[in-house]
Amino acid sequence: MSLSSPASTDGPKVTLARVAITIGALAFALLPLVVPIYQVSILTEILIFAVLAMAVDVLAGYTGRTPLCHGAIFGVATYVVVYWSQMGGSPYVGVLLGVMAATLVAAIFGLLAIRTSGVYFLLLTLALGMIVWGVCLRWTSVTGGENGLRGTVRPEALAGHLPFYYAVFAVVGLITIVMWRFVRSPFGLTLRGIRDSESRMRALGYDVSLHLFLAFTISGFFAGLAGALYAMFNDFVSPSTVALSQSVEGLLMAITGGVGTLFGAFIGAAAIIGLENLVSLYTERWQSVLGLMFIAIMIFAPEGVIGRVRDLLTRRR
Amino acid sequence: MDRRTFLKTSAAAAAVGVVAKPYIARAQGGPIRIGLLAPLTGVVAAGGREMVDGFNMYWEERGNEIAGRKVEVIVEDDAANPDTALQKARRLVEQSNVNMLFGNLLANTGLAVANYVKGNGMPYFIPIIAADDLTQRNRIKNVVRVAGYTASQFPRPLADWALKQGYKKVATISQDYTFGHEQCGGFCQTFTEGGGQVLGQFWHPLNTSDFSPYLGQLANLGVDVVFAMETGADATRFMQQYAAFGLKGQIPLVGAMNMTDQSVIRTMGDEVDGVVVAAHFAEGSPDPVTQAFVAAYVKKFNKLPSLYGFSMYSGAMWVDEALKTIKGNAEDRDAFLASVSKTDLTGSPLGQTVKLDSYGNPIYDVHIRKVVKNKDGKYWNAPIANYPNVSQFWKYDPVTYMKQPPYSREFQGIKKG
Repeated sequence: MSLSSPASTDGPKVTLARVAITIGALAFALLPLVVPIYQVSILTEILIFAVLAMAVDVLAGYTGRTPLCHGAIFGVATYVVVYWSQMGGSPYVGVLLGVMAATLVAAIFGLLAIRTSGVYFLLLTLALGMIVWGVCLRWTSVTGGENGLRGTVRPEALAGHLPFYYAVFAVVGLITIVMWRFVRSPFGLTLRGIRDSESRMRALGYDVSLHLFLAFTISGFFAGLAGALYAMFNDFVSPSTVALSQSVEGLLMAITGGVGTLFGAFIGAAAIIGLENLVSLYTERWQSVLGLMFIAIMIFAPEGVIGRVRDLLTRRR
Repeated sequence: MDRRTFLKTSAAAAAVGVVAKPYIARAQGGPIRIGLLAPLTGVVAAGGREMVDGFNMYWEERGNEIAGRKVEVIVEDDAANPDTALQKARRLVEQSNVNMLFGNLLANTGLAVANYVKGNGMPYFIPIIAADDLTQRNRIKNVVRVAGYTASQFPRPLADWALKQGYKKVATISQDYTFGHEQCGGFCQTFTEGGGQVLGQFWHPLNTSDFSPYLGQLANLGVDVVFAMETGADATRFMQQYAAFGLKGQIPLVGAMNMTDQSVIRTMGDEVDGVVVAAHFAEGSPDPVTQAFVAAYVKKFNKLPSLYGFSMYSGAMWVDEALKTIKGNAEDRDAFLASVSKTDLTGSPLGQTVKLDSYGNPIYDVHIRKVVKNKDGKYWNAPIANYPNVSQFWKYDPVTYMKQPPYSREFQGIKKG
């Protein structure tokens, strides 16, 4: 297989990566036992948004298409789950329906968006996301308009912060393994081929459109999973959950961690959510601080935290 | 260690130092902690700032003390975003260990926080959030609207007053969201039940810059009066364009009180002159208690108080009074909430005693107020008529009333006939 990942040729680096992943996983497993209870909810949020960032990364990092509608797809699942709970339905069925709805929306968006690439893809997905936002804002009888929807989604057994955290931890762990297998599968490698040279892949006989469509839909499926978890986390949804800023945040997390690294999503989510919470303790201008930080990242580490670390390691040697 | 690595390590060290600092010591019998949520950034930041000002003004006047215990106000910015509001509420409750939450400005942020405190019983006071159902159909026991009001509460006496002026035909124009639907609904229901007619209703998106399409239609409907419900910059633009299109003086303009709140008219000129709205608070009221409050506020902040400053000031007073009767024991939530609902606010800047109905919403003497110039040449709201004891249910029986659906674009309570 000529398209094998560069990492597999480099023994020590793989070991290092494994060690880093183990440490990361252990940290997420043990931290909640020692930090104050409020920080547990922050950790929960980090895990949920890491899934969104990974979903974005599947497209932005592995397929070479940067989407700006994943917040909206994420939010569709959140809306459906909360709506279902408000109607008195079981949360588990709600999650199933929510993820299905998000996947369906992603499939429709995918059909439209895969015809474009580059900046046109960016703009088209942005517009599609805005449609979802507009619908949520204006379809008051179903979505509650500006006020949003409230429900009690979280099952009784997971009401506490810790049980809920570990449930999310388990689910996110599973999702991460699946996504990791996915991007390393022959299908995932084909996506990377498309990212690097669409025309060559087409010449090799790959159905590029079909691959892109499936990648988009699958990525939407994962974003939907994150959205469903978010519904359980907040028991509440409003148009800000499907707004553009949500999509941008997902993308920024993927970029901060490093696009095309998958695990970078966790670092990105931790960095952004952590900083949001930290900086806002000290100044009401926290958004400006975050903005400056992004500029700094773009200038000094455009390849993201993991990319930068990988870079430094190669240079050392 | 080269320069770059040095920079990075010192940055990391600095970050760790920062993390360690904001630990807040906990002690039983220590200060009473109040978590104040206000939008200090985002579209309604100016209003959020006035909320904090009014709230702090009260505690400063009282030496930051309730019944011998220190009061510590912890302010968090909700960024006018419900997700942020929820996160900040969690932080205040779970990390800062506050005894109660106060605030929020936009209904969606308040509803998100209300849903959160529903689960944990934290007392949450909402002097600004006007969403009807929080003290009606979806009442939460520990969410109390001290010194606040429901959206549809004041337009009803206004409609009654309009009928008495001989107005029979109205058109409404409003921002298209729940706060607007509820205020228009309150007006239209009372107006049509009293024999009036609604000839048209216009809903425009928030942040409309050009009102000409609506104004053209309003001018041609042949109505006796226009009811407008606008907030913030929309209110400014609407009243400017209403005057610029020559409708001012042709068709009388009445509206929701937020349209002529000081936060809006403070910077405006003659176009606001003579607009009539209904509210509990009128900064131009001749009542000496009100004037003392207005003078103190002007002295401190060099501007006339808005609804935001007034409401948070009164809300703080309410909680203060309630806690005094239970010796400042804010830890006993049940006793605290019971005491709040029993408290009749005697010292309110309104110059009248205010009490809560059994659903946690205050009953007010409502002023019909008109925008006029005061002796300093500044526009303010002066009362021209008075409706005593107006509750959120107007003249309806609460139980029967709550059987009708909540107001929305589709349901405005308009009586046909």
